[in-house]
Amino acid sequence: MAVSGMLVLTGKGNKMTVLDILSGILLLAGCSLGVIGAIGLIRFPDFYTRMHAAGVTDTLCAGLFFGGLAIQFGLTLASAKLLLIFLFMLFTCPTSSHALAKAARHGGLEPWTKTGSGAAHNMSQEGAKS
Amino acid sequence: MIVAAALAILVAMSMAIVRALLGPTIYDRILAINLFGTKTVMLITLIAALAGRADYLDIALVYAMINFIAMIAVLKFFEYGSLGHAGSDGQGE
Repeated sequence: MAVSGMLVLTGKGNKMTVLDILSGILLLAGCSLGVIGAIGLIRFPDFYTRMHAAGVTDTLCAGLFFGGLAIQFGLTLASAKLLLIFLFMLFTCPTSSHALAKAARHGGLEPWTKTGSGAAHNMSQEGAKS
Repeated sequence: MIVAAALAILVAMSMAIVRALLGPTIYDRILAINLFGTKTVMLITLIAALAGRADYLDIALVYAMINFIAMIAVLKFFEYGSLGHAGSDGQGE
């Protein structure tokens, strides 16, 4: 919203197109991050790596996406609601990722290594030495 | 532009559904459903932008909250076996 105010000050003639292009860039960046996270969710070999792919991209994806949509809506009540949704997801996405990792560790799920998940604990200690 | 974003989000949602169906452990399924819920919130906001109705953003906000609460509840159920458990370390959830 601060960006849109700056653009209103700078350009009067093609204000809408600049805002549309900026919003489109933000939307596409957010959506590409979401798709990248989903590809990682499918392709990665282990639960913890999948959680890395999904949980890390989720927050920035939401930020870019809701930023782009807020530029589309303009300075209205809808942008304030989008900001509320973004703030909520900014706090809940890392929290749920942490709870999920804690539950998986408590449930006895071992991290993946190259030699297989059976000797995971010993191999991770050796990997830390080397 | 909004339609392209909706298509990308639908692709991500379908990938999350594939992981939720394939997932070898229960935590993979929970992670995939969490991602699905997050993408659903984004899709609802896109529908609000397409229809031009700001009312739908309230639905998206409520959906985000329900997604988080359901995530925590399901995790606690699968971690401790019951929802009334106090937690192993005395801190609860």
